[in-house]
Amino acid sequence: MIYDFFLKITGSNILASIIQSLLPLFIFILPFALFAVWLERKVSAHMQDRLGPMRVGKHGWLQTVADILKLIQKEDIVPNDADKPLFNIAPILVFVGSYAVFAAIPFSGAFIGSNIDLGIIFIIAASGFVVAGILMAGWASNNKYSLLGAMRSAAQIISYEIPTVLVVLTIIMITGTTNLATLSEMQTGHFWNWMIFGGPNFGIAKFIFIPFMIINFIIIYISTLAEVNRTPFDIPEAESELVSGYHTEYSGMKFAMFFLAEYANMFAVSAIVTALFFGGYQSPIGYLGNLFGAHWLIPIEQFIWFTAKGIFFVFVQMWLRWTLPRLRVDQLMAACWKYLIPIAFVNLIIIGLITVL
Amino acid sequence: MNVYDIIFYLFAAITILSAFFVVTTRNIVYSAYYLLFTFFGVAGIYVLLGADFIAMVQLIVYVGGILILLLFGVMLTNRITSVEIRSGSIHVVPATIGVALFAGILLASMWNTEWKSVDTAAPAATTQNLGFLLIHQYTLVFELLGILLLIALIGAASMARK
Repeated sequence: MIYDFFLKITGSNILASIIQSLLPLFIFILPFALFAVWLERKVSAHMQDRLGPMRVGKHGWLQTVADILKLIQKEDIVPNDADKPLFNIAPILVFVGSYAVFAAIPFSGAFIGSNIDLGIIFIIAASGFVVAGILMAGWASNNKYSLLGAMRSAAQIISYEIPTVLVVLTIIMITGTTNLATLSEMQTGHFWNWMIFGGPNFGIAKFIFIPFMIINFIIIYISTLAEVNRTPFDIPEAESELVSGYHTEYSGMKFAMFFLAEYANMFAVSAIVTALFFGGYQSPIGYLGNLFGAHWLIPIEQFIWFTAKGIFFVFVQMWLRWTLPRLRVDQLMAACWKYLIPIAFVNLIIIGLITVL
Repeated sequence: MNVYDIIFYLFAAITILSAFFVVTTRNIVYSAYYLLFTFFGVAGIYVLLGADFIAMVQLIVYVGGILILLLFGVMLTNRITSVEIRSGSIHVVPATIGVALFAGILLASMWNTEWKSVDTAAPAATTQNLGFLLIHQYTLVFELLGILLLIALIGAASMARK
């Protein structure tokens, strides 16, 4: 495990924990955000038959670095009538909320920030801070568009948390664990052991599970899409109505923090879907490390598989963004309360019955 | 004094200081946000006590639910943010008696409890045992509480429709 390795090098468990907790930020989130912003622009451009950023680096791959350099130099503007303390704390609170989620995500067999027993519940709990931070940003900006955007965002995140939790409950019922690392370990072997294909137990129940698991997956994917405010659920920052929603008044690095939190969230929800349904960090076809007898290779392969699955779902989010139009507020709420939640409940009951029988 | 002591005092300080500011600040939105830190500190103390499930539920219910609803109420209510909250001192004698009684009860229970101050290993996960207890030993109470919550929900919905 990575923690033991740092413990051996530094000789102090405080230093080792600090390094361990900073690892996902510097090794993963920052490079991922750089890549994802570029990918988003490229995906949108190619879907609209454009080229996208082409100037900085080959096919514009250094464009985001250039943008970050620009953002750092920008003047940090705080509106006169804004509530200054809350205005300055809000981006930090939002980022803390989305970074806390990464503590429980199992990146590979050798690295999970904190292998707590209640991993998935912790992730749901930590996202509460994001909502509080978004409301804080909207209110402190003292701008009606910001406040409206924050309200919509909070209402949306809270509503769509219910179907997410219901789907998570079905998974907990089948596997009997809330620990994401254990859950990933259970789905080891080949891809037919993944939860989307009925889980690791082989029997009749496995085949009955498959259609319900697919419905489950669709529900959780839609509702996590809404929780990170992506199109078609991006009414909190609907450009044509609300300028830019709750971060209208932010500039410079504070804006960059919201941006970073948004992309971190996109990966976090993709990682949750991956860990719950698509085997987490497990390879679908077996490991090269086992083939060559080099066991040190396996955690690295697992990390690559996990990132690849996560980035695939992030790509699907971008794909949907440039394919679907935005929902209205009432349609958004109807979709959640009239369709997703009842379907999720029925699913929960049926899967519960199958598990008992 | 090891790391956990330091962490405990940190969380305790967060809880007490933010709770103090919740009642003394004049801005109602600030109060709500200080409450966020109080809940966070309490959740941290639960974790240090080995009650991991309670800590998570504390965060989900209080931060993710009640606090957000509170903020919604405060922000949607017109002009409530600029209202001057009255915080003078009235009814000093009854208040003093009440507070003194309450403090007395708290202090008495603190002194009369046998605190376990033995260093133990990292506490085991509690969720599974908790689930077994709720479903086996306390099934009736659990179900009744669930029905109570359901009644409260239906009542709130029907009142809101009028």
